[in-house]
Parts: sequence; structure tokens; C-alpha cells
Amino acid sequence: MAQVVVVTSGKGGVGKTTTSAALGAALAQTGERVAVVDFDVGLRNLDLVMGAERRVVYDLIYVTQGTVKLSQALIRDKRLETLYLLAASQTRDKDALTDEGVAKVIGELRETFDWVICDSPAGIERGSTLAMRHADVAVVVTNPEVSSVRDSDRIIGLLDAKTDKAARGEHMDKHLLITRYNPVRAGRGDMLNVDDVIDILSLPLLGIIPESDEVLRASNLGSPVTINNPKSAPARAYSDAARRLMGEDIPMDFPTDRSGLFSKLFGRKAA
Amino acid sequence: MAAAAPEPSATAAQPSRSFTFQGRTFLAFVLKPEMPTGRWLAEADTWLSRSPGFFAAKPVVVDVSRLLLTKAKLATLIADLGSRGIRVMGLLGAEPAWVDDDLPPMLAPGRAIDHEAPREKAPVVQAAAEPAPSSRVIDTPIRSGQTVFQDGDLTIIGSVSSGAEIVATGSIHIYGALRGRVLAGADGNQAAHIFCHRLAAELVAIDGYYRMAEDLPPSLLEKPAHAWLEDGILTIKALD
Repeated sequence: MAQVVVVTSGKGGVGKTTTSAALGAALAQTGERVAVVDFDVGLRNLDLVMGAERRVVYDLIYVTQGTVKLSQALIRDKRLETLYLLAASQTRDKDALTDEGVAKVIGELRETFDWVICDSPAGIERGSTLAMRHADVAVVVTNPEVSSVRDSDRIIGLLDAKTDKAARGEHMDKHLLITRYNPVRAGRGDMLNVDDVIDILSLPLLGIIPESDEVLRASNLGSPVTINNPKSAPARAYSDAARRLMGEDIPMDFPTDRSGLFSKLFGRKAA
Repeated sequence: MAAAAPEPSATAAQPSRSFTFQGRTFLAFVLKPEMPTGRWLAEADTWLSRSPGFFAAKPVVVDVSRLLLTKAKLATLIADLGSRGIRVMGLLGAEPAWVDDDLPPMLAPGRAIDHEAPREKAPVVQAAAEPAPSSRVIDTPIRSGQTVFQDGDLTIIGSVSSGAEIVATGSIHIYGALRGRVLAGADGNQAAHIFCHRLAAELVAIDGYYRMAEDLPPSLLEKPAHAWLEDGILTIKALD
């Protein structure tokens, strides 16, 4: 039975697209069949982060409007056999997405894949509500700072109100993924710490992704960080998060500033 | 030429968006005539001679609760005011049975905003058949952007997030952190209380008396707290 996951946050720039690509790749690395769908119509980025921008022929809008078949629009990843991308349109806007069209596409994806990852646009308007509408599970991406936390809180309220699951009176599973976590800055009080974020949002924690240059480097190379450098700290954190999403019980790795301590003790070579 | 099927009109296809309405609150002057009205009108004339045109084009409401007038006499009084340039937009305290096209519309009791004048308790007319306000318990956190309204008492097991708003006509109990806006006694119930497990509110209000986050005592922040009205002052104390 396919799981439809929406990756959402409310606020822009917190790492939804990076997370969608990294989680999708991490799931595919375990052999699961994964489709990652970009709902950010008009501002598509997922194809870039996944390194498929030159191979987009048809996009989500073509499929929702019935112009082409789903199989014609799905782009298979060159590195992982079971990873597919459905790109957003760059030339259209979000009004081109219809409720029925999205329902049809998600329904078809459910038949073929184990996981459907919906990369939501920022905001609380049409694009993001359509991205979450058919989801079974939500991954709420939050940076440890107040505006991101408040926007995530707003999105959680919408997940409980505007999804099909909520309309059927069912409980929607929601997970918290903290990205760009910097233990040194959290320790200094420049950032919210993990406990503060969990306290405010009261959601179960799926993972903590440490702030890292690896993430930026991977995005610019067009390769999800879990593929580009699987040994790096953010890649390991994303892989653990993916396994938790699959139901495995993996102990949480809290990033600490121990590397900072080591670097102080042993020079500047750590990390 | 082929006969075209009649097109359904746009209004039939979808509801018109031009007809909308909303409730709004406005400020108005309230005049309180006294018996005998002849003498009161003479005093009004003296006052108006010093400030002619003061009421011109201003919304005026007449409180007739202290008058013992027949409907015809009341209509005469409204006409007398009109001849002095005072246009009456509504009546307070008139017999509900009198309301018709000849008299201005009836208004529900408003609230005085003049802080210096002694407050008068507005007459609260309770209909006997009115159902008793109910209690409600919510056991999920209230998220930013959500509004909860309850006619009666409201208990929340969980936190109220920054940017959320909780409104109740009765008391409000929050077993969690209160980070949003909370308004108790919303329809004039001064006996309403607010309790919370952790005070970090953006706004606390009872019957319209409010305090913003900056006016909350810093010693109470992040602590269990209890708010109530004491002689028209919103009082907040630690809840031990």
C-alpha cells in the first residue's frame, strides 16, 4: 500500500525541496519505489536539486490536464533505479492545478509506487493545500527560529483541517523534521534549541538535520545529499529519518557541538 | 442559422459575489433625554446655541429607557430632535413592540467607552427559554491561525500557540502554554476567569478589558497564572 507523504513548512527557504529530494533518495536506496512530485508550479526547483532539469519534457500540469500519460511525464533518476521525479511546470501558475487533476495523478501514483513524496510550495494557498490534500503522512520541515516555527504551527493546523484524511475524521500522522540545526548557535541561544521547537509544535520528531555545507554543495551539483555524500552528517540524518518514516525504531542522534570542542582541542581539522 | 440553446445566465451558474454583508462596530453619541421632555429640549437648545452644529452629520442614538412616553410622544421627540439638526439613527431601551418604519431601529445595549463617567450596568434582558451555555473540552493544541469560539466555558488540554485566538463567553482554562490571544467573558460576563498552566500570552482579555503581552507582569511569565476582573481592573496573579 503506497504512502503519500507531503513535505511542507509554510515558510519558504527552510529546506522543503532539499528534504523531499534527500528523503526520496534515501527511501529509494533501501529498494523502495519512490516518486517525488514537485507541486511548486511556477517556481520549480526539485528538478534542479535532483539533477534532472535537462530531461523535463512533460510536467505535472500536462498529466493533470490529461494531455499526456503519467508514464510519459515521470523522469527516472540516473543513479537510483527506483527513484522517479514528476516535475512542476515553470511556465504556468498554481491556478492551473485542479483538485480533480491532482486527485487523479496521486491515485495513479499510488498504484505504481511504494512512496509518493509531495514537495509542497511555501505559503498556505492553493498550491500547498493541493499538495497536502491527498497525503497520508506529513513531514513538517522547520528551522530552529521563531518565524519558521510559527509558520509550521499554522501549517499543522491546516493539515488537521484541509486534508482528505481530516475530512474523513481520521488522524493525520505528522512528523517534525528540524533542518539547518547548528548546535553551537543553539547552545549560545542564537537559535531555538530542539526542546523549544518540540515544545511549541508538540509533534513527534522525525530527525534533526545539522546545518552543513554538504547540503549546499549537493544542491548545486544537482544530487540529493543522501546520494552525493552518504557518509556526511546531514546525509546520515536524512537516511535515519527515512528509516523512521518506514517504521523502524532508530535512536535519535542529537547533533552536539563536540566537533567544535575537538577542533578547539586538536586544531581546526575537525568536521 | 441554427437555433442556439439559451445560455444559462452567469448569476444562475454561480452565486453573485456583489451581495455580501458583515457585522461592524461603530462609535455613536448616546443622548439620554429626561422627563419632562419639554424642559430637557429647552436645555438642549441652550447647549446647542453654544455649540451649533455639534451633532450635524454625526451618528446619534437616543436612550429612551428613562422616559415614560407613548409611542406617539416618542415619535414627536424624534421629530423635535430632527428639527434641531440631530438625526437619530437608533433607539436604546424602547419597547420592542413599537419598532416599525416610523421609528429608528432598535439597538442592543452597547458599552460605554467614556472612562471618566461612572459606568452604568446595561440592562441585560435574559429570555427565559434561552439554552444554558455549554462547556467544551478540546484535547488538541490550538495552532497558529486557528480561532476557537465557545458560548460557555472552554477548557483546552494542550497549548495555545502564538497567533491563535480563543474566545469564550464564559471562563477559559488552558492546561498547557498560553502563547496566543485569549478572550473570556466575551459577551459582557465580568465574572469570567482565565486560568493557564504557563503564561506567555499575546493578549489576555475579560469582557473587553485587556492586557497585551508587554503589560503582563514579567514575574508571571512562563508560570501558572489566573486572571479575573476586580472592580473593572484586569488582575493577573500567579496560580500556586
